[in-house]
Amino acid sequence: MAVATRRTQGLTDKQLHYCPGCTHGIIHRLVAEAIEELGVLEKTVGVCPVGCAVFAYEYFNCDMIEAAHGRAPAVATGVKRVLPESVVFTYQGDGDLAAIGTAETVHVASRGEKITTVFVNNAVYGMTGGQMAPTTLLGQKTTTTPFGRQADVAGFPLRVAELVATIEGAAYITRVAVNTPKNILRAKKAILKAFNVQIQGLGFSLVEVLSTCPTNWGLSPPEALRWLKEKMIPAYPLGEFKAPEGGV
Amino acid sequence: MTQVFFDTERCKGCELCVTVCPKKIIKLSAGEINSFGFHPAVLTDGEKCTGCKFCFLICPDTAVTVIKEEGGNGKSTDEGQ
Amino acid sequence: MEKVLMKGNEAFGEGAVRAGCRHFFGYPITPQSELPHYLARRLPEVGGVYLQAESEVAAINMVYGAAAAGARVMTSSSSPGISLMQEGISYIACAELPCVVVNIMRGGPGLGNIAASQADYFQAVKGGGHGDYRLPVLAPASVQEVIDLVVTAFDLADKYRNPVMVVGDGILGQMMEPVKLGPPPEVTTPPKPWATTGTLGRKSRNIINSLYIEPEELEKVNLRLQSKYRRMEEEEKRWEEYHATDAEVVIVAFGMVARIAKAVVDKMRKAGIPVGLIRPVTLYPFPDQPLVAGSSGPVKAFLVAEMNAGQMLEDVRLALCGRRPVHFYGRTGGMLTSVAEVEGKVREIWEGLK
Repeated sequence: MAVATRRTQGLTDKQLHYCPGCTHGIIHRLVAEAIEELGVLEKTVGVCPVGCAVFAYEYFNCDMIEAAHGRAPAVATGVKRVLPESVVFTYQGDGDLAAIGTAETVHVASRGEKITTVFVNNAVYGMTGGQMAPTTLLGQKTTTTPFGRQADVAGFPLRVAELVATIEGAAYITRVAVNTPKNILRAKKAILKAFNVQIQGLGFSLVEVLSTCPTNWGLSPPEALRWLKEKMIPAYPLGEFKAPEGGV
Repeated sequence: MTQVFFDTERCKGCELCVTVCPKKIIKLSAGEINSFGFHPAVLTDGEKCTGCKFCFLICPDTAVTVIKEEGGNGKSTDEGQ
Repeated sequence: MEKVLMKGNEAFGEGAVRAGCRHFFGYPITPQSELPHYLARRLPEVGGVYLQAESEVAAINMVYGAAAAGARVMTSSSSPGISLMQEGISYIACAELPCVVVNIMRGGPGLGNIAASQADYFQAVKGGGHGDYRLPVLAPASVQEVIDLVVTAFDLADKYRNPVMVVGDGILGQMMEPVKLGPPPEVTTPPKPWATTGTLGRKSRNIINSLYIEPEELEKVNLRLQSKYRRMEEEEKRWEEYHATDAEVVIVAFGMVARIAKAVVDKMRKAGIPVGLIRPVTLYPFPDQPLVAGSSGPVKAFLVAEMNAGQMLEDVRLALCGRRPVHFYGRTGGMLTSVAEVEGKVREIWEGLK
């Protein structure tokens, strides 16, 4: 007998606080596995956001910093500039990264800062109660767009991967989803690649992960996976938007 | 032969494993309730399990462990190795 | 010892280098520009990192990250930029990270102007951001003192694991004075076993955090911070006295206004009027002892002179608790307090005492 699956050492034993079916937990596991498999767990410093993942420092089994809302890339920059040999990542949601922290996101990329950002896009503010996010889809109902997001009132969804990919300092920019086992395996490969880009000193790497929020979408977890596939992926196409020439 | 174990205290009964299981052999336990008030996932027909690990991959709470019997050389099939 | 002519803003930079600071994150704003200009050249010479951030908000959070990683780190700005940094300073104070923040104060409120001011006194000494916290605040009054106090600021930051603010104004920043540099001081940075450097063989993880969701836990953190501030109040009050022991009128002034007040003291003494000066060097913790001691001696009245509408005035009144009358003279909006104006006020007080 052999254990075919193993709980990664990159995670602590702490029970995750996320709602049932929230795919944050899958993304946590993928990031933790990637760090462990690359053998860099002991020299990794993670920076967590404000939002649902605010307690991520309790889950990732490495040194962690809790940043102010939107400021994780700036904090990560400070760490990396002091410890260039360390592996530094930020884990941020859509409100944190694409609303209040847009400037930090754009400029960490423009500096080609050698850090990795895991961007969890679930098209809604989770922790504060289901408000509209910068990535909320047109027509999507949230607690602050009760009749659906209308472009003339609330603007358009922001496509972060496409935006950041236009920046010269960005080395690896990709969008993945965690709605099926196949997509989860692809997401894992993307996260591994992003960390490799950092370790090789090639520049800034960002993995946008389409994720679910069953609670605030008002759907059961299986329905949320379907909604991600049917509504989110058409609006946020999966794929690599920028990758180092010659591979990683 | 493959065995699947669900950590009933970690399981939040979200049914994502139920959804992705290609053999449809996972369900939420109707009788059992864990200390958080969730009905944890259980295997209905372990004989049919192919060891595809989809349940492990989709589980947001690292509540699934898949154990596979090896065909002779005893090497681990652990993905990460 | 050889003297070199140095601009105040540059002295802040050189003081940081002498203190072993090798990381600076900032954003351009007048009238502190020569400070980042100096460090952009100087830090690479000593193997350090100068980084221009996209905003003051980002700069202070880079400081947070660098301090978390165990570095001696500094940022500098001027009033509106310091306002933007307050969120980050509050986080740094709660996470108990050492760093130095320089504020070359300018006229406010709002965009104000770029002239010299002391109107950020309240913001500096009362916390500045949200929550119950304090920072040691140092107020140099000469270019030499800038060099020395910046080193002190880094030592205090490490001693208390707390952000430390050094305040100046446009005059101090822009003026050139001869300074004695001497050999660099021996820098003894205490070990930082709490730093998030990667675990690197360490058994437990380090976490830098200011989130305590349970009120009981957060109250404990606050009580620990408060006891630290009480310790600062015990150990760190600094001030300078000038002809204060036999003075009947004592001017209380900090920074550049204290320089002006010294000229007033000299002038009054020549005229036979016993005037003295108490210059707080730490604005927090506020040096109340010399005021209290003075009030039990020959001092009949105090005059607080500031380039604001009366901010340190409140701390002087709190220190004296009505023991002696406290008068005030201030100019605002970047207007400089002149020797003649302060002298006029002193003469008015002196006449009233007769």
